[in-house]
Amino acid sequence: MLELRHVGFETADNKEILHDVNLTVQERFVAVTGPNGGGKSTLAKVIAGIYQPTSGQILLDGVDITHMSITERANLGLSYAFQQPVRFKGLRVKDLLSLAAGKDTDVNQACSYLSEVGLCARDYVDRELNDSLSGGELKRIEIAMVLARGTKLSIFDEPEAGIDLWSFQNLIRVFEKMYEQTRGSILIISHQERILNIADKIVVIKNGHVEKVGARADILPALLGSADATNPACSVLADKVEGVRK
Amino acid sequence: MIDTIEQNLLREVADLDSLPVGAYNIRANGKLAGRNTTANIDIVTKQDKPGIDIFIRPFTKNESVHIPVILSQTGLKDLVYNDFHIGEGADVTIIAGCGIHNCGGGDAQHDGIHTFYLAKNAKLRYVEKHYGEGDGRGKQVMNPTTVVHLAEGAQMEMETVQIAGIDDTIRNTSGDLAQDASLVIHEKIMTTGDQRAVTNFDVDLNGDNCSANVVSRSVAKDNSVQEFNSHINGNCACAGHSECDAIIMDRASVIANPGLVANNVDASLIHEAAIGKIAGEQLIKLMTLGLTEKEAEDQIVNGFLK
Repeated sequence: MLELRHVGFETADNKEILHDVNLTVQERFVAVTGPNGGGKSTLAKVIAGIYQPTSGQILLDGVDITHMSITERANLGLSYAFQQPVRFKGLRVKDLLSLAAGKDTDVNQACSYLSEVGLCARDYVDRELNDSLSGGELKRIEIAMVLARGTKLSIFDEPEAGIDLWSFQNLIRVFEKMYEQTRGSILIISHQERILNIADKIVVIKNGHVEKVGARADILPALLGSADATNPACSVLADKVEGVRK
Repeated sequence: MIDTIEQNLLREVADLDSLPVGAYNIRANGKLAGRNTTANIDIVTKQDKPGIDIFIRPFTKNESVHIPVILSQTGLKDLVYNDFHIGEGADVTIIAGCGIHNCGGGDAQHDGIHTFYLAKNAKLRYVEKHYGEGDGRGKQVMNPTTVVHLAEGAQMEMETVQIAGIDDTIRNTSGDLAQDASLVIHEKIMTTGDQRAVTNFDVDLNGDNCSANVVSRSVAKDNSVQEFNSHINGNCACAGHSECDAIIMDRASVIANPGLVANNVDASLIHEAAIGKIAGEQLIKLMTLGLTEKEAEDQIVNGFLK
């Protein structure tokens, strides 16, 4: 279980991004949503150790990881799929999957991860993660890396962005299969109703703190109901909902 | 004749654990240490100066020549002139390499001057690897010069690698290309400590529809200094591309001087140069996979130079 106690984060120029965030993640799927600029991605980075919180405490299965490095947290069982995947000149898809799995990954194994994210593995294992790959392809490889890690806590920052050619249903299937294999928790930052729809718990982050948290049934209707012109993020959500309904 | 140190050098520069198949000429400490010729490939010692002439018969296919040079005596300065005559329509691979093991106080230096004459439609893959080791105070110095003359329709692909242990190097590569000829050069360099590496490319594109592509990837660590100078001269309807991509680390310095000269309205010339440190987000990504910062850095550097 991941637990955040009174977590705050200020930038070097004293701008407060997160304020007194309290949160537990022990459910299967936890979705974090809320308006852009509200602090969702910062929260994910604070959990992964990319940013050190300026106040509060973070615990993973009771172990205080507040001051641990990114590497230490990763080795304790935390994975993080970036919103904007990173490109590497010279490193191949197979190399990254091997590093993610923590062992040399043979072609068959690499293929199984890539097939899960809808990529024809044979065409990709030897490709470099350079500019020749599209944003959508990189995004799926990013997800495949988290699959290869198979850790007890996996964080996805807007996994749906850029994978429009692949269906949401497949993405959701990946999350479900990941859960079957790891029996861990999956924390997903998303605006997408279809993803919110599979969440056991929904957390709404706004202005750097937890505005609402609860079971999907308690949070989602209100979230969709409030989709009016005064709330840009939820308008996006409403548009998407409309799109789906059409 | 070949001892353990020399065997190790051979392994590093030519991937050789035993004598190679096909034609070869092994030079150890300034002297001939082994030679083999084949029906299609002849190797002849020069009479007027140190070095060899290698003659490859026209239309020779799928044969290779290994010509490693190794130095294990401190204070030795070795200079050779090797000329390669590749016959019309031949398709061959030449693997050259120089390894220095210097455990003494004097500098060990090898300067190889390689000149290639590719006849019409000849095709050559040329692999060159430089390696130095040694715990003495003496420097390992190499100054390879490569000159290529490509006749009509000839194709040459050159891979040159210098990853470790060379303290000082000036690498000069020049060439001229006739109609429909093509030259591709891939250079990989890593410098550490106080090493210095200077690379000079000078290519004349003289025949219509010929092309040159020079790609350099390098990593400069510690206090090392690298300089990349390229000049592509487009004298006809031709295509020239050069690319210099460097990772700079620590207190190193990297100089890139790309030069393009178009003397013909149909010359299409492009240069790309990028020098930068390892991106922070690349390190972070690999650290989220469980690597330490140092391991992440090594992976990025090794991948970049692979």
